Amino acid sequence: MVNIEQYGDYKTSWCPGCGNFPILKALKEALVGLDLEPHQVLFVSGIGQAAKAPHYINGNVFNGLHGRSLPVATGAKLANPGLVVVVESGDGCMYGEGGNHFLAAIRRNIDLTVLVHNNQVYGLTKGQASPTSAQGFVTRAQPDGVFSSPFNPIAVAVALQAGFVARSFAGMGEHLVEMIQRGIRHRGLALIDILQPCVSFNHVNTYDWYRKRCKPIGPEHDPRDWEKAMALSLKWGEEIPVGVIYQNDRPAFEEHFAVLKEAPLLGRKVDKRALEHILEHYA
Amino acid sequence: MEFLDFNVLIGGEAGQGLQTVGEAFSRALVRSGYRIHVTQTYESRVRGGHNVFAIRFGAKEVLAPTEKVDLLVALNGETLFLHRQEMAPGGQALADEAWEIPEGISAVRAPYKSLSGNGFANTVAMGVAGALLRIREEVLAGALEQILGKGKASLAEANRRVLSSAYRWSKEHCTELEVPSPGAQAVPRIVLNGHEAVGLGAISAGVRFCAYYPMSPSTSVAMTLVQWSKEMSIIVEQAEDEIAAINMAIGASFAGLPSLVPTSGGGFALMVEAVSLAAVSETPVVILIGQRPGPATGLATRTEQADLEFVLHAGHGEFPRAVFAPGSIEECFHLTRKAVELAEKYQGPVFILTDHFLADSYRDVEPFEVEDLDCVLPGEEPGAIPEGGYARYAITPSGVSPRLLPGVSRHLVVADSHEHTEKGHITEDLSLRPKMVEKRLRKYQGLAQEVVPPSFSGPQDPELLLVGWGSTKGALQEAASLLSRAGRKTSVLHFSQVWPLVDAQFLERLKQAKTTVCVEGNATGQLARLIRRETGFKFPMQVSRYDGLPMTPEYILARLARQ
Repeated sequence: MVNIEQYGDYKTSWCPGCGNFPILKALKEALVGLDLEPHQVLFVSGIGQAAKAPHYINGNVFNGLHGRSLPVATGAKLANPGLVVVVESGDGCMYGEGGNHFLAAIRRNIDLTVLVHNNQVYGLTKGQASPTSAQGFVTRAQPDGVFSSPFNPIAVAVALQAGFVARSFAGMGEHLVEMIQRGIRHRGLALIDILQPCVSFNHVNTYDWYRKRCKPIGPEHDPRDWEKAMALSLKWGEEIPVGVIYQNDRPAFEEHFAVLKEAPLLGRKVDKRALEHILEHYA
Repeated sequence: MEFLDFNVLIGGEAGQGLQTVGEAFSRALVRSGYRIHVTQTYESRVRGGHNVFAIRFGAKEVLAPTEKVDLLVALNGETLFLHRQEMAPGGQALADEAWEIPEGISAVRAPYKSLSGNGFANTVAMGVAGALLRIREEVLAGALEQILGKGKASLAEANRRVLSSAYRWSKEHCTELEVPSPGAQAVPRIVLNGHEAVGLGAISAGVRFCAYYPMSPSTSVAMTLVQWSKEMSIIVEQAEDEIAAINMAIGASFAGLPSLVPTSGGGFALMVEAVSLAAVSETPVVILIGQRPGPATGLATRTEQADLEFVLHAGHGEFPRAVFAPGSIEECFHLTRKAVELAEKYQGPVFILTDHFLADSYRDVEPFEVEDLDCVLPGEEPGAIPEGGYARYAITPSGVSPRLLPGVSRHLVVADSHEHTEKGHITEDLSLRPKMVEKRLRKYQGLAQEVVPPSFSGPQDPELLLVGWGSTKGALQEAASLLSRAGRKTSVLHFSQVWPLVDAQFLERLKQAKTTVCVEGNATGQLARLIRRETGFKFPMQVSRYDGLPMTPEYILARLARQ
């Protein structure tokens, strides 16, 4: 049996009270609950405070460039489909800098579990607006308030028929553990948008603010009903639905590669007879 | 003067099947015992415009394109006017009987319409021209059938019939042309263009992953890998953009698949951020840049050698790299293999610079001896490394750290784009930082020891030394041999690896020559500048071409005559 100590306990560079702490704790609990050992997991991240999370947990890690976690994770998963690949990044990294990759990864439906620490602000660069900041949100960089409309990751993911789309909140530990576990179990791309207070730069969307609004989705919602999921994805305000919003059984991207059907390509030598045969084609 | 080679230029609009007859013709010539050299030029459009497929052939190796046309095969009337200035003395054109023939051109006028029946003007031209060039009909038919592939049987049959009637018409109505006698080829030779050779070299070296965003002229490398992906178990993914392409390749390589990323200058501009990711994370990746004229979108389907400085400096921070610049089909194959090996061995980015001309230039080569070729297999056995003690970035004398793969053993593999500890974790320890910088830079010593020296050909003490890099190799060699025959002792120094530069391999050659000329397909003389920066040697003369067309021997001679 795997225990939580195997996942380590590290000193972090996060602010006291940061929403990253409960997310990291939930991630460890989720992995332990699934009986996954650290070497079976690859954490891929971009840049930002959230993207540092893989440094504070035992596992294989690729901490790459800002916004580029998804392509790296896609390549790694194709190289070794046996790895459980968890992508961890913030809202700026995933939805801003990495927006095109976010759309493409959903369309591919590659088997990744994408955890987005969504605090609606840029923390690492000290408090500028992010793609998910509310209109009118005032920062030092946006003194007149944010003009652009916020990016709705849930609605976009549902619109593109992502394999698995869920929302959770850093302040709801058990709920978050369950969402992460369901996301990892899902075969295909799983997006878990995690609402996360930033105690330093976001004084609007605080723990209290979320606690008042986050409401678990009841059993009456069928996540396989795309139209209802679409409607639910647009709900935001006094009540914010948390839970699995949409799910389908589209085949995972890696299944479409005939060459991956027998075994991973890892460690395979070049078939010289086949290559000789190919050269004859050019005669 | 002895009749050494013959230049057939097929001209017409995009969409007229120029490429099909060109390729088929090339193979038929090689199967008839000739050596060939193909130059293609075309416009950036799918249909229309004016495209050229020029095959220069002879009994001995043909090194470069030439500007004189011996047989002009016109698929449309415009071709006759566009190339009338290039006709060699005694040159012939092949045209439809209905077209206007420009003054001064001697043309065989064939009834394209009545011979083609159903719009196979390209096949008619191939049949008539094939007979004019004394190629056997079965050889022509076999080559055409192979190029048309396993498509519709009825289409192949129709083409075969058209070819046959055109061939017969030519035999009955025309006089065969004076062509060089074919050579006796001991081994059947294969016909490849530069990017096919790059793709096959990559496959043979063990490349298993390729991600790309379509861009001329590099797409053909990816297409070669796609073509053989099932047989050779390769994953090829068309990424959403160039940034994704290189990051995917880095991810695949990190997890154990040797990876290749083909692109061109404009696409590479987007990838630059990830070049330094490959360097700091010490992840192997081979990046092929098929050069074309810039800046920005430039001339999308023309050729140039102007990205050397860009590639040399691409990426922020300081890190070692190797840059190859093959000059022949054989070098495209073998240097791609070497690039893959070095990327794996030194764990970082390695570059291959080709260009539009080389990418599309078909030539005949001896089949590669596959049996003797090694392939790379990333990742080491953990051996005695204790489970918790693995350090991805262990500081070593060579700068190369033991590389394990994630998920393959119980060892945890941690890679980072930040400055990191030996175990791969993010750090701001400023006493560690210089050690990590130095560790990475130490790889340069290994890379420098493995540099492919520039090739030297010609007299040891030349009056004139022509220096160049990449695809201009053949033009340099032919120009040198023409100059030597005219009494000017000329040699060639060709760089097929342009970085690192190792003085000891070439500086004496430069100093020994009475005069040196650096010949480049760019306006500013980038190799000349690089050599000056690295060695202090200043070239007294330069030949530059940057009109979008490939370097030719004639161009070099004309420029030298002017200086």
